[in-house]
Amino acid sequence: MKTNGAKSSSTATRLPKCPSGIQGLDEITGGGLPRGRPTLVCGGAGCGKTLLAAEFLVRGAAQFDEPGVLMAFEETEKELTANVASLGFDLDGLVRRKKIVIDYVHIERSEVQESGEYDLEGLFVRLGHAIDSIGAKRVVLDTIEVLFASLPNEAILRSELRRLFRWLKDKGVTAVITAERGRESLTRHGLEEYVSDCVILLDHRVNDQIATRHLRVVKYRGALHGTNEFPFLIGADGISVLPITSLSLNHKVSGERIATGIPRLDAMLGGKGFFRGSSILLTGTPGTGKTIISANFAQAAARRGERVLFFSFEESPDQITRNMHSIGLRLEPLVKSGLLRFHSARPSLYGLEMHLATMFKEITEFKPHVVIIDPITSLMDSGTDSEGKGMVTRLIDFLKANQVTSLFTSLTQGGHALQQSETAMSSLMDAWVLLQDFEGNGERNRVLYVLKARGMAHSNQIREFLISDRGIDVVDAYIGASGVLTGSARAAQFSLEKAAVLASQQEAAQLKREVERKRGALERQIGDLRSDYEAEAMELRRIAEQVGTRTFVLGTERAASGILRQADLKVAANTQSKPKPGGST
Amino acid sequence: MKKTTVRRKVAVSKRKPSKIWQLRLYITDQTPKSRMAFANLKTLCETHLKDRYRITVVDLLKQPQLAKGDQILAVPTVVRKLPSPMRTVIGNLSDTERVLVGLDLRWSAQSR
Repeated sequence: MKTNGAKSSSTATRLPKCPSGIQGLDEITGGGLPRGRPTLVCGGAGCGKTLLAAEFLVRGAAQFDEPGVLMAFEETEKELTANVASLGFDLDGLVRRKKIVIDYVHIERSEVQESGEYDLEGLFVRLGHAIDSIGAKRVVLDTIEVLFASLPNEAILRSELRRLFRWLKDKGVTAVITAERGRESLTRHGLEEYVSDCVILLDHRVNDQIATRHLRVVKYRGALHGTNEFPFLIGADGISVLPITSLSLNHKVSGERIATGIPRLDAMLGGKGFFRGSSILLTGTPGTGKTIISANFAQAAARRGERVLFFSFEESPDQITRNMHSIGLRLEPLVKSGLLRFHSARPSLYGLEMHLATMFKEITEFKPHVVIIDPITSLMDSGTDSEGKGMVTRLIDFLKANQVTSLFTSLTQGGHALQQSETAMSSLMDAWVLLQDFEGNGERNRVLYVLKARGMAHSNQIREFLISDRGIDVVDAYIGASGVLTGSARAAQFSLEKAAVLASQQEAAQLKREVERKRGALERQIGDLRSDYEAEAMELRRIAEQVGTRTFVLGTERAASGILRQADLKVAANTQSKPKPGGST
Repeated sequence: MKKTTVRRKVAVSKRKPSKIWQLRLYITDQTPKSRMAFANLKTLCETHLKDRYRITVVDLLKQPQLAKGDQILAVPTVVRKLPSPMRTVIGNLSDTERVLVGLDLRWSAQSR
């Protein structure tokens, strides 16, 4: 211990790191394990200690050109090779190429008798020989604690182990020492006393019948490191740790909009659909069509040539494709073309963390543009509320960082009340579309509305949506005095209205005809009156003419008779001029 | 055996070769501990296996590759190669009683 302390203070400037190559671990530790120092990996049975150590060694040899020595105290070379082969590591090949040396150390207590003083120089010699034979940079001791069971003299063993770790440091190799978890201490035999530079704790615990593996860096002398517990999984290609609690909110955003596959829904969202990279929540009671809208969204994206990853926690891929086929959505060609990928798993299959880890892995591999999670609620039910929220936060965080558009469906338990978890979750979402059932007139109809859509103008209208064998159709719901009418009530209301309109149209036409008729009558009357008047006026003229003529004739006659009677000429001249106007009229 | 650098044929009996005990002593360097172990072993053999034993001393510093074969961790270690089964005693062999038990020497010597 004293030497350890002295060493680390002398190299206080900056600790060189040795990348482990294990996915995620290097991120947590800020670059890897402390180079040239021993690291203790402790944990209970079956939590992956040996695997972590083996992967450290294999990756070192294969990726970083750092040969390694594996000193196995528990498993033979053959067993080890077989065990790690299942994870895609070719230990045999590396051994053949002299990249890795495996030394199986085994002592049977019953075969060994102790007599007098001894030391473990033999172990040193073996290890030294193995290191020198391939120029190893990495050493794994798995699990050296076994010696406590094999060698009776603990005092000697302890002092020798202390010497061994110091010796490893002097050799300049980066060592990983695995140890069994103790009841009250980190390790059963207190190895943490000797290895003080870096301690990693692995844990495999069962919560609510679901087991999840966790990794925690307990100690890392002289370096910043993530102190949280990180879930990790052992997959087909080794260990992957998920440093997923990075909650920095600095992801880039896109102004690009993507269509939902339902034109009317796009129209409700400012005519263009959702933002790329946004998180969308789709909530609804059972049977409101959440999966259908999701599938529509998936199809639209895949048809644009984008990759879509569909996580289904309730239905198998075949079931979804079959069901969607019934409404005219053909997903199989998209699956075949590799644009659409399904990932189905029961929520109870494993813990929340494991689910998250699997999803991360899938997403990292497939690099989708759109991710659909159907439904998120059943997944969240496999953990507590806070766990669930934490998980969604991390998932959204991760998706947003990768500019992946995500659609989450969420099941509400009937009625109109939104669940607590949902309300909590909604604050993480950029857009929230609500699906609802309307009951009335002995039928159930679906409506949808946009509850929120950050950063875009969106419709405040409730729309009815119909599911037919041709897909989804969104129509205006009827909003009248008696509230929102949907389904046949809406249809009935429409025909009622139509009839009313028709009736009033007919009435107007009738009225128009009546008026026309009246106008005709009026005009005829006017014509009659006018002709009457004209007739009378003509009569009047005729009479006037007659009078004029008569007067003239009378005058002429009088003049003539005057001439005849030789009356004075003046009178005769006056009377002669008078009838002239009368005659002219 | 042929490779061993330090070989001391202390005594060879004229009886059946199978009855000869083959013992191998692993040491690192000529430390006081190793010397003591060798001395103790020799004394024991002289007492119980007179003329029926052969001790081979292996210095692991010179032949580190031999450590793996007999699963040597502790030094000094004496391994009874013959008669089988293999028995191992670790330490400087100062506790005679334990060595006799460990190598199954007393019983074999008596039952002869």
